[in-house]
Amino acid sequence: MSLTPPSQILWWKEPIHRIEITWIIIALAWCLVLFLWMPYWHVFGNQNLSNEAYRIKPEAFEAKAKAMADKYTVRKETKMDIPVVKPPAGSDVYLVSRMWQWWPILELEKDKSYRLHISSLDWQHGLSIQPVNINAQIIPGYELVMNVTPNQTGEYGVVCNEFCGVGHHTMLGKIYVK
Amino acid sequence: MAVKMFRKCPDSGLYFHKSAESLMKAHAVLGVVYLLIGGVLGLLVAATRAPSIHLLSAEAFYTALTAHGTAILIYWIIFFEIAVLYFASSTLLRCRPATPGLGWLGFLLMLIGSVMTMVAFARGNSSVMFTSYVPMPAEPIFYLGLILFAVGALIGCFIFLGTLVIAKREKTYDGSVPLVTFGAVTACIIAIFTIASGAAILLPTLLWSVGLISNIDPAIYRLFWWGMGHSSQQINVSAHVAVWYAIAAILFGARPMSEKVSRGAFLLYILFLQLASAHHLLVDAGISSTWKVFNTSYAMYLAVLASMIHGLTVPGAIEVAQRKKGYTNGLFEWLRKAPWGNPVFSGMFMSLIVFGFIGGITGVVMGTEQINLIIHNTIFVPGHFHATVAVGTTLAFMAITYFLIPVLFRRELIMPGMAKWQPYIFTAGMLLLILFMLGAGTLGVPRRHWDINFADAAMQYQFAGSAVAMMGVAGMGGILAAVGGGMFCLIAVGSLVFGRRLDPGASLFSSFGLPMADSCYNVETPDRLERTPIESTGSSGHAVEAKGTFVLALVFLASFVVYFFINAKYLSSLWKLG
Repeated sequence: MSLTPPSQILWWKEPIHRIEITWIIIALAWCLVLFLWMPYWHVFGNQNLSNEAYRIKPEAFEAKAKAMADKYTVRKETKMDIPVVKPPAGSDVYLVSRMWQWWPILELEKDKSYRLHISSLDWQHGLSIQPVNINAQIIPGYELVMNVTPNQTGEYGVVCNEFCGVGHHTMLGKIYVK
Repeated sequence: MAVKMFRKCPDSGLYFHKSAESLMKAHAVLGVVYLLIGGVLGLLVAATRAPSIHLLSAEAFYTALTAHGTAILIYWIIFFEIAVLYFASSTLLRCRPATPGLGWLGFLLMLIGSVMTMVAFARGNSSVMFTSYVPMPAEPIFYLGLILFAVGALIGCFIFLGTLVIAKREKTYDGSVPLVTFGAVTACIIAIFTIASGAAILLPTLLWSVGLISNIDPAIYRLFWWGMGHSSQQINVSAHVAVWYAIAAILFGARPMSEKVSRGAFLLYILFLQLASAHHLLVDAGISSTWKVFNTSYAMYLAVLASMIHGLTVPGAIEVAQRKKGYTNGLFEWLRKAPWGNPVFSGMFMSLIVFGFIGGITGVVMGTEQINLIIHNTIFVPGHFHATVAVGTTLAFMAITYFLIPVLFRRELIMPGMAKWQPYIFTAGMLLLILFMLGAGTLGVPRRHWDINFADAAMQYQFAGSAVAMMGVAGMGGILAAVGGGMFCLIAVGSLVFGRRLDPGASLFSSFGLPMADSCYNVETPDRLERTPIESTGSSGHAVEAKGTFVLALVFLASFVVYFFINAKYLSSLWKLG
């Protein structure tokens, strides 16, 4: 019984039930598949989070984002006059997260690639591009560089899905793909 | 003359030591108090996230959510687990507990620490969520409270190990420790690792919060914090798997199919979870994919393998025991004719099924590096861990409580009719909550979010109508689960106060941690715990095989494979990322 000591002193020499060993082999094989799928997807899959990241001071990141916005702003939207920035395909695009805003609004072209840089100026935030459902943790002091190629046109919401204070649920940004 | 310190429970044959018994009761009762507090907070959270109710204000919601997570995930579970450690050492091994005085010190520290954090929440300046990610600050008493609680729990762990040493030296048992105790050893070792990880990050964070350290790296914080945050869930797994084995033995006299396999699986938990924090960092900047892939899986997911083994051997052990009793028809007569009206069994078995089929599968799927991109921080994540913790751990602990009320507390269960239904109502509510949170999360709904309609935002975004509807159903599920949880608290506390005394010495105060009347303790030295009798093989001479369980395991595997590849397919539809 499980509440009493094993009946054999040398319990590690007892035989194993046939279904136990069969199951262990099947389960281990599946666990290996699960592991191997990850390197497989790095080679053959198209959705991998890049390993490119830098340490950066919030002020330095903000300055880079401002420089991009100054250069490529095409119009302003919302009551807060948030710039809509249309950077050329293939360029470096900056997305600032801070309480409680994703800044600026981006306008990207379908099937064109961009180097999307994201960092936080204050607390941790959660990048969540909807409805396509791409999520990443945004950590202050770290600049994440993702290579993105939007494959469908539309208007995407950028939700914050890491709790960042009492205005967290008002933190919403936008990406246009045209 | 030596003092008589033990009593033998006439119903179960278990020996309870006076000091250990009091410690067990005090920890278990406080655990249930925190379950009640956390459950009420959970009800408020569920009723706020249901878009049609949207009960609390934003500030109150974030505070309630922080307190809900902390009260349930830390306090209810760890108080109860320390009680399990006393049970698995002193009671099962028929041994006096090591340094019971220090046990009370540990209890006191846990109590003071937990109250301090609750006070911090009530003051409203520490609504930082359970994870308290820096640089978002909480008040110093929040971190200090957590540290004191952890020190108290650590004392409980060392008393458990000390008790094992005494039992070994005083030869209170023959051979090796029972499997359930072995599982508790696993939980204890993981707990020590967990608390060490927690100390490594919470101590500097406390110093930071009072201004003595200028900066805590938020990425490093996440690594260490999850060394505590996830490993603590591995304590739960070890503890509730031990409870599953215990219940199988109590109700069916089930013995492990093979001691070697079950113990080996526990050993895998110890060896292969140390960097369990890795799968919380899969979409973090600054960590390489190689590190992520290797450390989430240690190249072959051996901790997952361990859970898959227990998932077979626990019901397998029950099946073998039932078949020996004559329930041999077909694949599933053993299961059909199990005592489904006994909440000890129904709770345990539903805990096992929901933990494995939902908690386990979703956990591994979202713990795959790339698939995490479509799941990280969505409400899928709480969907997953309500399956593992709220049903897996909590329901298993509820089930064993129904056994402990008469045996440990010596009170008859009040409202047995309600107790019979309680596990079903709780599980039904939790299943609605879990499945619809998983669904809404798959559609991108964020966790820890007060308003997915973004009424106060500068821009608009509208989630799919189905996602909003699913959040409504999840909220209803949460409310139903809270009703089920409330029934448990009512029955448990009600039995301790009003239940018929099964022992005249079982006073009101003895229900809450004071010893029973001295006359109850009439054993000086319990009989030595003997080894399990050698198993009689059936008439054919072959071991009885658990065919039904094997079929269940294959169904599980098929669900796992299908669900994994559905998510891989979903991932492949995303924007190209590289």
